[in-house]
Amino acid sequence: MALEMYLDLFSQPCRSVYIFAKKNNISFDFMKVSLLEGEQYGEEFGKINMIRKAPAIRDGDFCLAESIAIMKYLAEKYQTSDHWYPADLQKRARVNEYLSWQHMGIRMHGSKMFWLRLLIPKIMGVEVPKDKMDGALEDLEGSLKLIEEKFIGDKPFIAGEQISLADLVAIVEIMQPVGSGLDVFEGRLKLSAWRDRVQAEIGKELFDEAHQGILASQEMVKNMDSSKMQIFKPKILRLFL
Amino acid sequence: MPLELYLDLHSQPCRSVFIFAKKTNIPFDFKFVDLATGQQYGEDFGKISVVRKVPVMRDGDFILTESVAILKYLAEKFGTSDSDHWYPADLQNRARVNEYLSWQHAAMRAHGSKVFWFRAIVPIITGSDVPKEKMDSAMEDLTLSLKVFEEKFLDDRPFIIGEKISLADLVAIVEIMQPVGTGLDLFENRPTLGAWRDRVKMELGEALFDEAHKTIMDVASLPQTFENNGMLEFLKPKIQKMFN
Repeated sequence: MALEMYLDLFSQPCRSVYIFAKKNNISFDFMKVSLLEGEQYGEEFGKINMIRKAPAIRDGDFCLAESIAIMKYLAEKYQTSDHWYPADLQKRARVNEYLSWQHMGIRMHGSKMFWLRLLIPKIMGVEVPKDKMDGALEDLEGSLKLIEEKFIGDKPFIAGEQISLADLVAIVEIMQPVGSGLDVFEGRLKLSAWRDRVQAEIGKELFDEAHQGILASQEMVKNMDSSKMQIFKPKILRLFL
Repeated sequence: MPLELYLDLHSQPCRSVFIFAKKTNIPFDFKFVDLATGQQYGEDFGKISVVRKVPVMRDGDFILTESVAILKYLAEKFGTSDSDHWYPADLQNRARVNEYLSWQHAAMRAHGSKVFWFRAIVPIITGSDVPKEKMDSAMEDLTLSLKVFEEKFLDDRPFIIGEKISLADLVAIVEIMQPVGTGLDLFENRPTLGAWRDRVKMELGEALFDEAHKTIMDVASLPQTFENNGMLEFLKPKIQKMFN
């Protein structure tokens, strides 16, 4: 039985897993889970991952959630090139350091920006109050600054000379607010140069393919039927408003 | 030069690093960073880490932040075949540990921290209790995380990966203990959780567990410390933001 990957490319962690598998020629069945339609709450998907989040994989009878755990599993199982998750103790620690920090750093702030700019106005029918938007933007900018200054620094990539899981996870998260129409690269030369290097390593075609959906978000969300998205209202009220 | 660990045992991730180093007999210098006085914002600590958080590890000229990265580094560097269970070489067991360590950031850790702040810190800073609606919401999130923990991550196993304790259990217990420190007995009416806590405590050793948690269980003394060190005014905007 082939490896099954349960993905929706609107989701940042789904994109990193997708890109990693494709880049390393790991064959898999793409099992689409449409998040904005609430498919993650269905009975079938619950058997794959009871936390009801994507990505998730099923490898034989082994089910695994969490993109970072998934990519490390795939890297080990398929013996991908060392640079993705280096065996060297200190380099590996640098990758782990970024992968740990990013959950409540860039991921949280970038995701929030996407919700505040696109999804909440659509679902709730109102613009987000200015002070909330400003606060969220400040947090996002703080994260981007730290990425540029601490994690990238003067190196080509986060772990040093070569691309690793850290850069992959970073880029997909940074692209989320970009999808909402916020050009986070403007005025950030170091970040832009790093982005170009990452894109070149991944391959423009694969990068663009993975990001096609999120970059078309503004148009897509505009055309969505907001009545079908009311399932997200409680989450929005609780998390953001 | 021995390993240096920059720690404040008020902090959950500092506790997991402290316990692991002690349990596995890794010699280190305990460098106290007094969070209650804002020492992490000082010039000296800024030279150690611009992120201004704890824990931080310095091994020679190699400085590392993020407890999960530090724990894995220590397990790898100082590990033996006997201690493999902490971060198993077996592919699927390691994946299970990684899965928990990844999930917990935005779940158990975030929710436990929030309840801790709402119960122990915010009332001191603002002078009044957190609005009921927000407290209820925070408790709901924590309750859900604990449910997921019991049902998915433990699921009738003695420890997260099965028969043996790992980094996952260690990171889990220190986070769960944070709201417990405010007087919230999360183990009451949760027999699965309580039994697991007992097993973890036994594996770590009660003396070490209690030593690591002494500070957080004494959190009632924080208000005076904050007042003495000008932290009240400093923390006000941060609290404001939490409610935005």
